[in-house]
Amino acid sequence: MDIFYPFQWVADRLTYDLLGLDPASKLGASVDFFLYDVPKILAMLVVIVFAVAVIRSFFPPEKTRGFLSHSRLYGGNVLAALLGVVTPFCSCSAVPLFIGFVESGVPLGVTFSFLIASPMVNEVALVLLLGLFGWKVAGLYLVSGLTVAIIGGIVIGKLDLEDQVEDYVRQIKVGESDAVELTWAQRFAYARGYVADIVGKVWPYVVGGIALGAVMHGYIPTDALAKWAGPGNPLAVPVAVLMGIPLYSNAAGIIPLVSVLTEKGVAMGTVLAFMMAVVALSVPEFIILRKVIKPKLIAIFISINFVTITAIGYLFNWVLR
Amino acid sequence: MIIKVLGSGCANCQKLEQVAKQVVADLVLDAQVVKVTDMGEIMGYGVMSTPALVVDEQLRLAGRVPTYGEVVTILTRDQ
Repeated sequence: MDIFYPFQWVADRLTYDLLGLDPASKLGASVDFFLYDVPKILAMLVVIVFAVAVIRSFFPPEKTRGFLSHSRLYGGNVLAALLGVVTPFCSCSAVPLFIGFVESGVPLGVTFSFLIASPMVNEVALVLLLGLFGWKVAGLYLVSGLTVAIIGGIVIGKLDLEDQVEDYVRQIKVGESDAVELTWAQRFAYARGYVADIVGKVWPYVVGGIALGAVMHGYIPTDALAKWAGPGNPLAVPVAVLMGIPLYSNAAGIIPLVSVLTEKGVAMGTVLAFMMAVVALSVPEFIILRKVIKPKLIAIFISINFVTITAIGYLFNWVLR
Repeated sequence: MIIKVLGSGCANCQKLEQVAKQVVADLVLDAQVVKVTDMGEIMGYGVMSTPALVVDEQLRLAGRVPTYGEVVTILTRDQ
């Protein structure tokens, strides 16, 4: 049985019985869609973000650095991408994290695998994908996010760009510290605070995105967009990736919208590539990273991400059609 | 007692600074709350995730905003 059945039941009762809308009407379909998705997604966000926060409390960056220091190309990149998923990371900590990694002997390419995976495979994106697209697409997104991070890090490692790290970074003396071990009470308090913080920040985007999505769901004819952004248009993927770059802060609002776009004929690979660009490539992050690396490496970082994400988009358009 | 709040000025760092100042004021502690934003100095404590709390040169907490009660415990335990 569908575990979300109760949400559907409540939405149906509200829409068709309480509001008296016709299930066959456009308005009825849109309202039902909205009343089903909003409570479902918000409930999933609370549960999953809480669980993720508890898991993350076991992987402070100090511990992750220990795992990765003096790691090698390839193996180190895979490990870094995986740790990027479970280590708590916010872009405001990117600078101390980068310095800490580099100073303790984590190779540059391995550091970048971490820096790409960490924002890309984030719990909010995964929850929305799971809730709106199902586990297959969420799983594909997870695997392809890790792939982009691993490939990107390997390429940067191979290019031998250690001279592109800002000079002052090497001069900073990093003190010794052991990660402070938490009690279970502290882990739960951390997770509660994390949920309040994340859900408090993203809920307006989720509601707004789903509302707009619901309108499109009801009123735009199915396959209306297939002509422009369907699998037949090879330019759709790179254009989608470019469009994704400036949209970072709205990741939570964008996924509900793109879920509707796939219904209207936009190819799945194009949508996945677009989402990756939204989440992983953001101008604020480039500005923060500019504090520790030189412009040439920033440009390489952006180009590699652009190319790999676009390639993944094409791959899925080809595989999933 | 010198209480240092380490952080580059993000929202969470300001939250931690507020909590620390509140605790000091409420408990009338003989303490000074100092904000540290210099990256070299922050890294000197081995901190990789901000905000962090340093009490009399000892790192007590990093990478999260503690609750009011937790800060009370941290600041009163050593006295």
